[in-house]
Amino acid sequence: MSAKLVQKLDRVVIRFAGDSGDGMQLTGDRFTSQTALLGNDLSTLPNFPAEIRAPQGTLPGVSSFQLHFADHAVLTPGDAPDVLVAMNPAALKANLRDLPRGAAIIVNTDEFSKRNLSKVGYAESPLEDGSLGSYDVHPVALTSIAVEALASFTDLTRKEKERAKNMFALGLLSWLYTRPMDGTEAFLKAKFADKPDILEANLAALRAGFNYGETTEDFAVAYEVAPATMPAGTYRNVTGNVALSLGLVAAAHRAHLPLFLGSYPITPASDILHTLAGLKRYGVATMQAEDEIAGVGAALGASFGGALGVTTTSGPGLALKAETIGLAVSLELPLIVCDIQRGGPSTGLPTKTEQADLLQALFGRNGESPVAVVAPATPADCFDIAVEAVRIATTYRTPVIVLSDGYLANGSEPWRLPRTAELPDIVVEFATEPNAVDDKGQPTFHPYLRDPETLARPWAIPGTPGLEHRVGGIEKADVTGNISYDPDNHDHMTRLRQAKIDGIADTIEPLVVDDPTGDADVLVLGWGSTFGPIAAAVRLARATGARVAQAHLRHLNPFPANTGEVLRPYQRVIVPEMNLGQLAMLLRAKYLVDVESHTSVRGLPFQAGELADVIATAVASVSDVPLKEAAK
Amino acid sequence: MTTDLGMPSRSPGATGTAGVPHLTDGTALTKKDFTSDQEVRWCPGCGDYAILAAVQGFLPELGLKRENIVFVSGIGCSSRFPYYLDTYGMHSIHGRAPAIATGLAATREDLSVWVVTGDGDALSIGGNHLIHALRRNVNLKILLFNNEIYGLTKGQYSPTSHVGQVTKSTPLGSLDTPFNPVSLALGAEASFVARTMDSDRQHLTSVLRAAAEHRGSALVEIYQNCPIFNDGVFDVLKDRTEAAARILHLADGEEVGTAETVVVRDDRGSLDVVPRGEADPARIVRHDISATDPSAAFALSRLDSPDLGHVPMGIFRNVQRPTYDDSLREQIASARTGEVTDADIDALLAGRDTWTVGA
Repeated sequence: MSAKLVQKLDRVVIRFAGDSGDGMQLTGDRFTSQTALLGNDLSTLPNFPAEIRAPQGTLPGVSSFQLHFADHAVLTPGDAPDVLVAMNPAALKANLRDLPRGAAIIVNTDEFSKRNLSKVGYAESPLEDGSLGSYDVHPVALTSIAVEALASFTDLTRKEKERAKNMFALGLLSWLYTRPMDGTEAFLKAKFADKPDILEANLAALRAGFNYGETTEDFAVAYEVAPATMPAGTYRNVTGNVALSLGLVAAAHRAHLPLFLGSYPITPASDILHTLAGLKRYGVATMQAEDEIAGVGAALGASFGGALGVTTTSGPGLALKAETIGLAVSLELPLIVCDIQRGGPSTGLPTKTEQADLLQALFGRNGESPVAVVAPATPADCFDIAVEAVRIATTYRTPVIVLSDGYLANGSEPWRLPRTAELPDIVVEFATEPNAVDDKGQPTFHPYLRDPETLARPWAIPGTPGLEHRVGGIEKADVTGNISYDPDNHDHMTRLRQAKIDGIADTIEPLVVDDPTGDADVLVLGWGSTFGPIAAAVRLARATGARVAQAHLRHLNPFPANTGEVLRPYQRVIVPEMNLGQLAMLLRAKYLVDVESHTSVRGLPFQAGELADVIATAVASVSDVPLKEAAK
Repeated sequence: MTTDLGMPSRSPGATGTAGVPHLTDGTALTKKDFTSDQEVRWCPGCGDYAILAAVQGFLPELGLKRENIVFVSGIGCSSRFPYYLDTYGMHSIHGRAPAIATGLAATREDLSVWVVTGDGDALSIGGNHLIHALRRNVNLKILLFNNEIYGLTKGQYSPTSHVGQVTKSTPLGSLDTPFNPVSLALGAEASFVARTMDSDRQHLTSVLRAAAEHRGSALVEIYQNCPIFNDGVFDVLKDRTEAAARILHLADGEEVGTAETVVVRDDRGSLDVVPRGEADPARIVRHDISATDPSAAFALSRLDSPDLGHVPMGIFRNVQRPTYDDSLREQIASARTGEVTDADIDALLAGRDTWTVGA
């Protein structure tokens, strides 16, 4: 056992950074799992280049993984790392500007060769020129110690041994933050089951890293972060894309519908395809289509046949799917379209986050073409939003667009597992009988005779005798669904389709305001993945005495019925968005409320500290109570 | 890495309608049962009328329950087809019918799924979906009405229009090399490819019958006259004497040719049409529709010429290979371990690493 000091911390932010090929995402992932199993609350932010292997050792090739864990509820991956693990000079240089003074840097000195330094423009090694004087630098020859630790593995090449340096780093950090490693050991055993040599080498490197921490004098103290107090239940750690996949499967199961995914690979949505493709055991059918259009087309065809048709994509793909989504609006069939947003326009920033597809989701089709739009607030909320999307799609026979984004997709947090039996009921009834009488008095079927409550049309699937009918993209006569070019009918049908979507507001939860003092003059309203940063910022602002209310939209079309009433009483309404003010524009247009946009499109989530300043300034402008200095 | 799929693909010889409920107790449907109450709105003289009548007349022959037949179309004159058939139908969007029908066929083994499309719909805007449906061998019957012109948009050239064809959008003549739909389909790994003509009901019906029988994608090119924008483009094939000299009948195991001519293969494998009297009997081509190698069928498709001098007509290729939809269903069936319960879903949600927080 270690004789070293163990110090308690309430929260830590660690960033692992290295070359794209250094295994930083895996290292971060494993450290996260170990941390989750310890019961800390946590939030993660993977950040990687679009290139699979950018030139080695260069700034564009740097891949990082940030983890914030604490003994209390955590809302964001953290504004600034307390610890940076830098596997090479590029990783140090690319991340140094995010580090506060005094932060710890664990640096792999083996990679600080002249050549690697010059690749990123260091004339002299920053480890030697005193430029890191205000940081707590721990130089560790990570690669050579790892290779040394594997000396007995005579069958492995030096290159293969070097590859285990990430496990050495993980072992060292596991010691430093007293994380149990059995989960990672089990993971490695499963991963390298048929490569015993590589498995043993990775395990040896992992343990060597842990032992190095325990024995070296460079690390005097180990740290502990106690478990967070969380609501009772069984938890797992989950990313947004996995949660969304699971939500779709669970909702299809509740609705007794087979799930069909038609999808074309696109970053950052592909993991949903990968996840669902592995769930055939649950009756899930996945098809990797020839293009984005075929993906949504096949999904719509499946919906026509009575399956739950789903397609997944990112912004550029949503643009390609637009015409088919318009067809689904006209056919009035359930369809789930998941847009995992990324930086745009065009190819934009494929691996970075943004929420600039809101207007595309609402309006990016020809004609009056309303669809339901929902957005998850956190990685785990992706599960609930998937269930909600399926409820809306099947109840109202409409396409539903789910707006997740790269931050939610790849970020993770602990998720309190729901019980399947307690998920919302999704009752789907296919039409089985004629619903009208023709002019000869014979029973007949009118495919556009609507449910008076929901305005949904019957879902009559092929194979049902007596209900044979044709649907299509040409305007249909009300009730009968026959082709109609009648002006009044088109006006009527256009309004009916809009009324059906507007009516969804009757069955969604009202917008809830969090205002502990009940007398705030400033409201911060967000949507989608900004929930965590906004909530963290509000928490910071309140700690300085600011009275501020927070509300968050999960339904973007229609808005909750009380949205206007919520907004109007506030003197100032701040709307932070990772776009140039798309929700703000909608709110101003719909409610005539003078909301104020606060926007950022840097491909990264908002920083809580930055938002807290915005909030404090707004509160100060309408209040005469002075605020305390912000608690850091 | 590849893996042995380890699945028996549907037993060899399964027909295109295996798995689709058939009529029992001796009932039979008639053409009238397949005629919807919608007024047919094609131009007078349009070849589509003949095709519609042939399809309506043929469908009862399948002996299927009417509610288990679905027609999916794209956009264009031909794509109005589903409205006139009293089956389930979808008139979708331009070029996308094969993709939509793929999703339907993949999830519903009990449906007989037909796609109706045209030369613009299938070969221009929807070219990608067509080749991928054929490659995957989805159990779809694709009827491609080829009139070598855009009709619904009023007379622009299409991907099968000839070089030099003067149309509204090519006043000085089309510059594009046309597609040969049969060659294209064969190149896309189609397992069934045939050509027929709107005006030859008997031949059309026989091809439809073989297509329906085939398990997998069937591409049927149907020469169809557009009386408004490309009238008479196939007239030489409708004149009895001219047709006898031009149409090369494709019949399995038979010599390919007309009464006067026959197709021969030269040393390099190229085909030519020569008078029967001059043909070396050893070089005469006998048609083999089930040849695994599509080269011979492809060579036959290349006998086409813009002046319709020689037109192979009939089934070019009809081979059995696993269909995408059957294989997908088999993968799912073999992965399944029984009815999915709430407990199964609970276990799925939990995954492998969980921890519990006490109350």
